Amino acid sequence: MNELALAVPWLGKRNPQAARWLVIAIAIGAPLVAMMFGRTWVRVLDFALLYILLALGLNLVVGFAGLLDLGYIAFYAVGAYTAAFLASPHFDLHMPIWIVLPLAAFFAAMAGITLGFPVLRLRGDYLAIVTLGFGEIVRIFMNNLNYPINITNGPQGINSLDPIMLFGWDLSRNLQVTEELAVNSLFLYYYFFLACVVGSIIFIQRLQISRVGRAWAAMRDDELAAKAIGINTRNMKLLAFSLGATFGGVSGVLFGTFQGFVSPESFSLMESIAVLTMVVFGGMGNIAGAIVGAIILSALPEILRHLAVPVQQAVFGHVLLDPEVLRMLLLSLAMILMMLLRPAGLIPANAKYSHIRHLKAKGVTE
Amino acid sequence: MEIFLQQIVNGLVVGSVYALVALGYTMVYGILGLINFAHGDLVMVGALTALQTMMFLMGVAPGMSPIAMLTLSLLVAVPVCMLLAFTMERLAYRPLRNAPRLAPLITAIGVSFLLQTLAMIIWGRNYHTFPQLISTTPIQPIEGVFITPIQITIIIVSALMMAALVLLVTKTKLGRAMRATAENHRVAALMGVDTNMIIALTFVIGAALAAVAGVMFASNYGIAHYGMGFMPGLKAFTAAVLGGIGNLGGAMLGGVVLGLVESFGAGYIEHLTFGFLNSSYQDIFAFIILGLVLIFRPTGLLGERVSDRA
Repeated sequence: MNELALAVPWLGKRNPQAARWLVIAIAIGAPLVAMMFGRTWVRVLDFALLYILLALGLNLVVGFAGLLDLGYIAFYAVGAYTAAFLASPHFDLHMPIWIVLPLAAFFAAMAGITLGFPVLRLRGDYLAIVTLGFGEIVRIFMNNLNYPINITNGPQGINSLDPIMLFGWDLSRNLQVTEELAVNSLFLYYYFFLACVVGSIIFIQRLQISRVGRAWAAMRDDELAAKAIGINTRNMKLLAFSLGATFGGVSGVLFGTFQGFVSPESFSLMESIAVLTMVVFGGMGNIAGAIVGAIILSALPEILRHLAVPVQQAVFGHVLLDPEVLRMLLLSLAMILMMLLRPAGLIPANAKYSHIRHLKAKGVTE
Repeated sequence: MEIFLQQIVNGLVVGSVYALVALGYTMVYGILGLINFAHGDLVMVGALTALQTMMFLMGVAPGMSPIAMLTLSLLVAVPVCMLLAFTMERLAYRPLRNAPRLAPLITAIGVSFLLQTLAMIIWGRNYHTFPQLISTTPIQPIEGVFITPIQITIIIVSALMMAALVLLVTKTKLGRAMRATAENHRVAALMGVDTNMIIALTFVIGAALAAVAGVMFASNYGIAHYGMGFMPGLKAFTAAVLGGIGNLGGAMLGGVVLGLVESFGAGYIEHLTFGFLNSSYQDIFAFIILGLVLIFRPTGLLGERVSDRA
């Protein structure tokens, strides 16, 4: 919260208190404003919140612990498919969300440890490519495990997941307040996701200043030195992988139940890269950075989608670049230009021990 | 036995393409310590540029002989890829040479996606039929084992190019400068080597090999599209790691071994898992091998470098 408030332009540094209220007001009021432009925009905001959750989780792994993970989306997939197996007509199981969510978190954490154990010795680029391979392996299995026993339903994916039910309250139905007034289900999801995000932020903030968080920072900045002062880097790495994965798993459940449909297509390498770009773009090792990065990079393509097509049609008479191409272009350029022009991200992490400038000044290249 | 021999043939063909691409990876890694993720996409650019050239030539001179057409399209595709690699190095990698190591890696991923996106814009998302100028009618050197003329060409061309590269690196002055730069930039620079130029040349030579590999890859399968380079790129990287990254011989050996493992894996996986897994799992072998090599023998088959570079 503090980080986020400080990041508010023109206001954050001068009057953090006001900036904080502004952030809260924006968070609560955003869907109401979005609704004025149409229901799709509320949906976009819902997805932005899911991406924020994902980015926060990946930020734990990449930003805090310094482990570059390119297979992050695999944990998202584990979560989404757990929800699909346990709460859909596919196996005809309809477990409540209170069972699905912890189980998915558990499975994702296990997947994180499964990935973490063998790659403990690897760092940097080797780690990146092995995790990428892990993500691809998971995707290949999702895509092909429909034969000879149908487990994942293959490329078709699994349909009609059960919606989230909180205390007998169905989030996918509009909430009828009075005869005329009903709260759209997209709003319900928005505030539910917002609650999850706020909870995660509080948790991560606590984590960052805890022993674990400081141990991660030490490990990221200099693994050898961290070992020398008695940090158990093996456990710390496994913890980073499993905690990050838990976030991925939980957001996967939310994604699956919100969309009501999961298929391998949603868990491609492109999505891993997209989440990584959000973290990098916003600023690694920085909660506010991950949030701002996730909002910008998930909303911008949608805005482009609505602007670019009519603009292109007006200028050229036909559509030259379709929205999906624009999204890829945007993401790849964001990665390249950000690294060249502002390697610490939009909002550089301001913890003393993790500031990229300090590291550079000391000639530490990692 | 026939299946066994057939898998060897298939493995050698795919493996020699992987080896060609792996050489580019391994040279850049040896000299900069950078995984150039975009290298695989040069394969795609090479193939699609060649395709474009062939289309043009077929329009202009329909009666041209296939060999001439293939040569001409290579003469276009190779320089295009070289130029692209040069630009890439200059604009994206050179400014980051002294940055924290995460930065060039992320840039490389970005460049890879940028190339794919640009290719998507230029050539669209569809799969294009790649003209098979060299015959694909199989011949049978041994009873029951099939090999096509294009596959023979692939093996011969790759072998020739690899031999040329090895000669270049071991026998020429340029090669010596490259080895010196890989050993230590600063000392090499003190000895009068223009290290910036050598690094750029390394990228460019790798790109030329990738372009040729792309054309051969596409003519073997008869298709080309914007995403065709990424997977072979990753596999080539695996091959480079398997052989010992930074080591030319290792890259070639790794490529061939990986090709063989893959074709045997795809051929026998169904029997080994009692029909539970089938050949659609072909792509997982490279990643499993990569994991295993990095865990148990990080130096690769022939390499001496430590894996702990980060």
